[in-house]
Parts: sequence; structure tokens; C-alpha cells
Amino acid sequence: MLDLLQDVLKRAKERGATDADAFLLEDRAFSAQVRLGRVDTVKHAREQHLSLRVFSGKSTAAASTSDLSRASLERLVDEAVSLARITAPDELAGLPDAKDLARTFPALDLEDPTGHDLSPEDKIELARRCEGAALAADPRITNSEGGDFADRRAHYAYAASHGFAGEYSTSSFSLSASPVASENGSMQRDGWYHVTRKRAQLDAPETIGKIAAQRALRRLGARQVKTCEVPIVFDPDMAATLVRHIAGAVSGPALYRGASFLLGKLGQQIAAAGVTVVDDGTMPGALGSRPFDGEGLPVRKTVVVDQGVLTSYLLDTYSARKLGMTSTHHGARDGAGVTVSTTNFYLERGTADPGDIIRSVKQGLYVTELIGFGVNGVTGDYSRGAVGLWIDNGELAYPVEEITIAGNLLEMFRAIEGVGTDLVFRDRTSAPTVLIGRMTVAGA
Amino acid sequence: MLARPERFFEDRFGLTSSVLERLLGSELAGRVDHADLYLEYRISEELTLEEGAVKKASRHVSQGAGIRAQSGERTGYAHTDDLALPNLEEAARQARAIADRAGASAVVAVGTGRPHDLYTLAEPPISAALDRKLALLGQVDKAARAADPRVKQVIASLGSEDVVVLIATPSGWTVGDVRPLTRLNVTVIVEENGKREIGSYGGGGRVPLDFFLEGERWRRFTSEAVRQATMKLSAVEAPAGEMTVVLGPGWPGILLHEAVGHGLEGDFNRKKTSAFSGRIGQKVASELVTVIDDGTIANRRGSLNVDDEGVPTRRNVLIENGVLVGYMQDRLNARLMGAEPTGNGRRESYAHQPMPRMTNTFMLAGQDDPAEILRSVPRGLYAVNFGGGQVDITSGKFVFSASEAYLIESGQVTRPVKGATLIGNGPDALTRVSRVGNDLKMDEGVGTCGKDGQSVPVGVGLPTIRIDGITVGGTQV
Repeated sequence: MLDLLQDVLKRAKERGATDADAFLLEDRAFSAQVRLGRVDTVKHAREQHLSLRVFSGKSTAAASTSDLSRASLERLVDEAVSLARITAPDELAGLPDAKDLARTFPALDLEDPTGHDLSPEDKIELARRCEGAALAADPRITNSEGGDFADRRAHYAYAASHGFAGEYSTSSFSLSASPVASENGSMQRDGWYHVTRKRAQLDAPETIGKIAAQRALRRLGARQVKTCEVPIVFDPDMAATLVRHIAGAVSGPALYRGASFLLGKLGQQIAAAGVTVVDDGTMPGALGSRPFDGEGLPVRKTVVVDQGVLTSYLLDTYSARKLGMTSTHHGARDGAGVTVSTTNFYLERGTADPGDIIRSVKQGLYVTELIGFGVNGVTGDYSRGAVGLWIDNGELAYPVEEITIAGNLLEMFRAIEGVGTDLVFRDRTSAPTVLIGRMTVAGA
Repeated sequence: MLARPERFFEDRFGLTSSVLERLLGSELAGRVDHADLYLEYRISEELTLEEGAVKKASRHVSQGAGIRAQSGERTGYAHTDDLALPNLEEAARQARAIADRAGASAVVAVGTGRPHDLYTLAEPPISAALDRKLALLGQVDKAARAADPRVKQVIASLGSEDVVVLIATPSGWTVGDVRPLTRLNVTVIVEENGKREIGSYGGGGRVPLDFFLEGERWRRFTSEAVRQATMKLSAVEAPAGEMTVVLGPGWPGILLHEAVGHGLEGDFNRKKTSAFSGRIGQKVASELVTVIDDGTIANRRGSLNVDDEGVPTRRNVLIENGVLVGYMQDRLNARLMGAEPTGNGRRESYAHQPMPRMTNTFMLAGQDDPAEILRSVPRGLYAVNFGGGQVDITSGKFVFSASEAYLIESGQVTRPVKGATLIGNGPDALTRVSRVGNDLKMDEGVGTCGKDGQSVPVGVGLPTIRIDGITVGGTQV
């Protein structure tokens, strides 16, 4: 694969590019869905994708293709080079400084060489057991959107004209169930999932299925509550959505465009003292880890928020230059070139037992699902649809739905009064249970 | 630039009709209820202006094949972006494996009528000269900065694509389509006294580049983005709680997409997981409400000559005078429900299998004067622009987020309020529609709908309507 990339870079130089870099992805994926015990869909996928970025002096352009034939790659180079002739020059454009490139790659253990060696029948059986456990959990589980197993094997290669060349492989496995519970003519869906880089580390299908069923069952009989201002407890998955808003706001492109509510807040207290947010691309076996970033820079651990103080942005080479700073090695490839992405981004575990957090709330909301897009990244104004459980005198009392929660992200982060001990790295972005002192709940 | 789809794949990849027939015939025939091969070739281009110059330009080519075999409720799907014959044969074998696991009924694979001709363009937008595109973006930038001194940042982007598709079945039936699409988007960031806001506006469709020049449409998009951003600078806290809401015409039609549209897609109803399952013939909206999904409107973003299963699109009535009359179907769910495919089988690309999806979804105009509708409201919210929305199909609860809204006080539109999410219950929300305006408007052509990780371009439309009670998710208690 690296040979193919070197050929493309060589041709780009021959065609007049002053610099170039190229990224190649190849993957094979399989997924099986079982519904009500019967096979619903089996899917096999094979994909490849080469993206090229060229610099012509200080002008830049990008092109990509899924056709790796020689003729197609020649067209790709020609198109990128001619596009770079029409774009306006940008003094800050260019590859990172060669001295900063990753020289050695950490062993991150992102692949499971034998994990994919299951027959389609065995993979289907995992999905069937997962859904089956959900269906068997309770007579009120009456229907299902299915049980799913998926695995994917990917290979990434990156090379740049100033000498960088690197490649790595990853595996991923996922198992999930989405049961439907019904009672008194009304239905509720929920689900549970697990994703890992090693098949052996997947939770048992029965465990995932049972949790999915419990989640759907606890929503039965949900009602609206009256509009009020109360403390809100975010379960770990929902707390992770809050942390994602921080990631968006500290990302270089949002900052240099002035489109972030955290603009100019470096060194300031932006959250309660119990809040420490970290991005760590070096965690072995983790879903967000990678040996180098999208520009060949070594990954590392970055503390973004340290006990409430904003200590770092997340930058690629270009956005760093725009801001007069240096890259934090968070470049990632997208079709149009390089953008910024997190690796493993998380809110550090706190000191409060999650049960104690709930017990500390007299009247409030425990949020288990959020829907919609009502977040303004420029102002931090926040308003989203919510599903959850009402907390009455410290107990999870009854399910609620058709309500919204609203506030302003900056005020919300400052109002974090509790961070749980229950941090589990279930996804690329993770968080423990979080308590926010006061937000508006809109309902009936 | 692009030839007829049949010739295109033959010339470029050697995929002649006899090759396709052999692939589908020998590999898939006999043991399945339905099988098809979907070939796709897509060229896309994105130009982005920022800080007064186009510094970002990119061009992408993707191609691939998706092969599908269906037997009963089972689907085998395989896709590859390498169109070499051995890869296609492997994909066909993988797709067929599903059918080998159990017996199936006889082959049923028929075309259902002639495709439309809704967007043949003399010059597709992807082929228009680059310097014209750069000039257009440059004009947007100048106009935005001239419009208001508080404009600090202008990001304008022009995306264009051309997609060639070909759908073949074992009976040798093939149908193709060439689909142009373009979209101009303008985002501005404004700043006043250290306070920043954002405004976005845009539009497009299956139209030539000249669409943006007609009547200086680009100028209207630009001034709308600036107007929205500066308006928000003076917005007050949005109210919280249930209240009367008046929706403006056009893009607020996203209400229909979320409140009823997804819930009327065939897959959820076949599985009986939709809040609308089994409710055909029942009243689900006020008698003032008729909702249509129409994939046949010329040049619109959500329109298609044929859907991604080769079925010609139609004008499907979903709700007629308040009564639920129809679902939207793809082939699989139509067959399993004993219904007709409705031309709503869509997919994001060859890498995805088709599902029932919306095209252009709108409410028919009513009798009322929009100004009079506003005057009828003593206290409420007037929402005229929205961001995205989402729905929980099973519980029926849906949200859509207002990005431009005003208080209505004593029948008068008064102060602008901050963005807020509106939340309602799909089977119930439209029963509360008490007034429908005579001003049906379709959106500008910006919608993208996501379902199961697949994005497809869609349209919505709405006249001004009054809803007597929906929860507004502001902060002002």
C-alpha cells in the first residue's frame, strides 16, 4: 500500500506539485441482523479509498477516488494539481515541519488477527443470542428492531512528500440489541451495545440483551412533567454527549473561524473544579487510539481541561498556524483534506458514587437519552429533547418523556456539582455520571 | 458529460447487459424472491470560500456495486468498490448465501412503469466552469461583508455532484438515471460588543449553476444569512413550556418529516414498531391537514426519476383531510405487506441497502391568510427557521429545533428569541393544527435526511400553520 502511495506522490511532484500527501484506507466489513429470531440482513462490504492533498506553492487542493486503477490514479493527480492552480494562495498552508514527524510508532494493539475467523453462521448466532436474551427477559418485550453483530477490519496507510510513511491495521467488533416493550397499548424502544477491538473482550450476548430489555422496560408508562428548574443527572452515555460539545468547541477550525463558545478562554475556569477532560491517543487497544495523526505527527495525551481550567485546544497544523500556536497532533483526514478529530476523549472519573449522586437530588431528572440538534456552538445555547427517569426524594421514581432540557453549555459546565466514579471506556468519547446543579426542564 | 447509464457502465467498466444478466442470472436466479444489482458512479466537487478567498477545493470520485438477494424477510447484501468481474461474482455469491439457508418462493421481479424526466440539464452543475463558480462565491463574500459591518467571517461553499446509477434484475430488466445536484451555502459569523452569533442560509436542487444567478438568488441567500445572524444578537431567552406555535411557510415543514413522515415509512409499519402501525383509515391529524410525499417535482432536491430500486417515483398521499391513507414503501416492505412499491426505496450509495425514505414531503395549502393566523394568537411562538430534527419512531416523540423564532404577544410578532427545541408526539401533534394558511412554500433545497446511518437529499414544504399546544424547550420558565 505504501508503494502505491509513493507512486501517487511521485507523480504529483512530476506534475508540478511542490508538496503532497496521500492517505489510503482499505477495509472489509461484515454485519448480520437477526429479528425475532430469524435472519433479517447479512451484509458483506469491501471498500477502498485513496485521498490526495497537493500543494502548489501556497495553494492547495484535494481529490479522492475509490478506483485504484492506474488510469484512475493518474486522473486523480491531474485533477488535484489543476484544482490547486485555481485556489487562492494561503501563506499558512503546508505540511507540518519534518522534524515533528513521528519516527517510531507505539504498539497500540488495535488489531485482532484471529477475531474475524468466525463463520457467518457463528456471527449470526451471536446476534441471535443477543436479541433472544432481550426477548426472553420479560413478557412485556413484545417486539424488536433486531439484534446485530458486526465486525470490520481496516488498514490505513499515510505518506507525505517530505518523507513520512506509516501504516497500521485495526479490528472492531460490535454486538447490540434493540427490543421494543409494550404495555397498555403504548410502545417503547431502547437498546444496548458493546464495541471492542478484540472479539474476546465483547460482553456476553446475553448480558447485552438483558440490559437492552431493562432499558426498554423502564421507559414503559413514561409521562411528561411540568415545566420547572431542577438538578439534572446525566447517565454516563449522556454525559459523554456533553463532553463531545467541549471537543467541538476546542477544535481548531471552530476557533479560528470565531465559531466557538470557548474562544479566548484558554487559561480560564470554564467548568467546575471537579472537571478534568483528557484526550489520549496512546491507550492500548482503545477505540480512538492511533499510532500517528492524519499528518504523520505522533499521538500523545493532552489535558484539555484541568480541574475546570481550559488548558489546551485540539489543533492540526493549519489551524495551529492560524491561531499562532503549534499543532496538538489532532489532524485527521477527511475528503477535502485535513480536519481535527479527537482520539480517546474523556471526562476523568470523579469521587462520587453514582448512586449517591442520584440520592443527593430531591427533585430532578436522570437523563438516559437526548434527541435533536438544538446546540449553538457559537454561543453554547443548549436545548434538546430528553428521555429519562424522574428523581423523587433521591429515588428513580418514574419514566418521563416529551420534555426538553435547556441551558447554556458554559453555565452548565460551571454548574457541575458531581462527577461519578463510573468511567468506562465504551466509546471514543466517554464520561462517568455527571450532576448539573440546575437546568430548565420544559414539559406540560 | 455523462452518457446514458447503460452505455456508461459498459464503456467504462465493460459491464455489458449480458455480463450483468450472467451475474444475476446464474448466481441469483431461482431461489430468491427478489434480486438486483445496483451500479453507481459519483463525481462530486466542493469549493469553500473563507476569509475572502477560495482556499479549499476538492474533487471526489466513487464507484461501486451493491448486489442484493431477498428471500422472505431475509436480505443478503454485498457491496464492493472494485468493479472487476471476479469481485462482482464474489459479491453475488455472498448475497446469495442468504437465500441458500432456506427455501424461497418463485422469482418476482418486474418493472413498474417508465421513469420520469425531471432534471435533464444542458450543463450539469458539476460541469460548469470553475471560474464561474469562484466568481459566484466571491460575490457572496463581498455582498455579505457589505451588508453589515458586524459581519466578521463569511464561509461560502458550493457543492456539486453527478451520480450515474443503473439497476438490473435477473429478468434482464435494467433502468438507469443520471442525477445532478448542487447546493450553495452561506454562513456568517457576526460580532457586536464581544457577543458573537452565527447565521446560515442556502439552497439548490437538481439544477444548473445558473439557478443561483436567476433573480440574484445568491444575494437573497446571503442577506438571509446576515439577517438571521444579526437578528440573533438581540434575541432574548426563549420561553419554556407548552404553548401555541405558529410555523412559517417552507422549511418549517421539517415538522411533517419528523412528526409523521418517518413513522409512515413501510419498514417500521411492517415490523409494527411505529407509533402509526395499523392506523390506516384512522384520524391522525386535524381535517385541515393533507400531507403528500412527491418525488416527481421537477428539479427539486428530493426528486428522483426512479428510486434506487428502479421504481418510478410518484405523488403519494399520506394523510388526507386528517385521515391516514398510505405508507411509503420500498420493494421488500411492499411485498411483505401486500402493497405496491411507491417509489420510496432509496439508499445513500452502493454501500447501503435501500429502505423506505421520503422524497419531498409537504402539507397542502389551506384557506387562511397568514397574517390573520398570527393575529389570532394572544400569546405564543412564531418559528420561521429551523435546524435539524429527530424522531423516536416507536414512542412517536419528535423534536425539531428553531433557529429563528419570535414571541407573539396579543396577535403581534414582537421580540426574537434564542434557538429552542420543540418537542411533540407524532400521532397527536397534527390533530392540534387549527389554522392552515394559503401560502404553501417548498424549502430552498438544503435538506438531508439521516436514517440508520444513511443520508439522502430530501425536501419539505409547509404553508403557515397554527398548532394549539406544543412544548417549547426554552429556558424562561
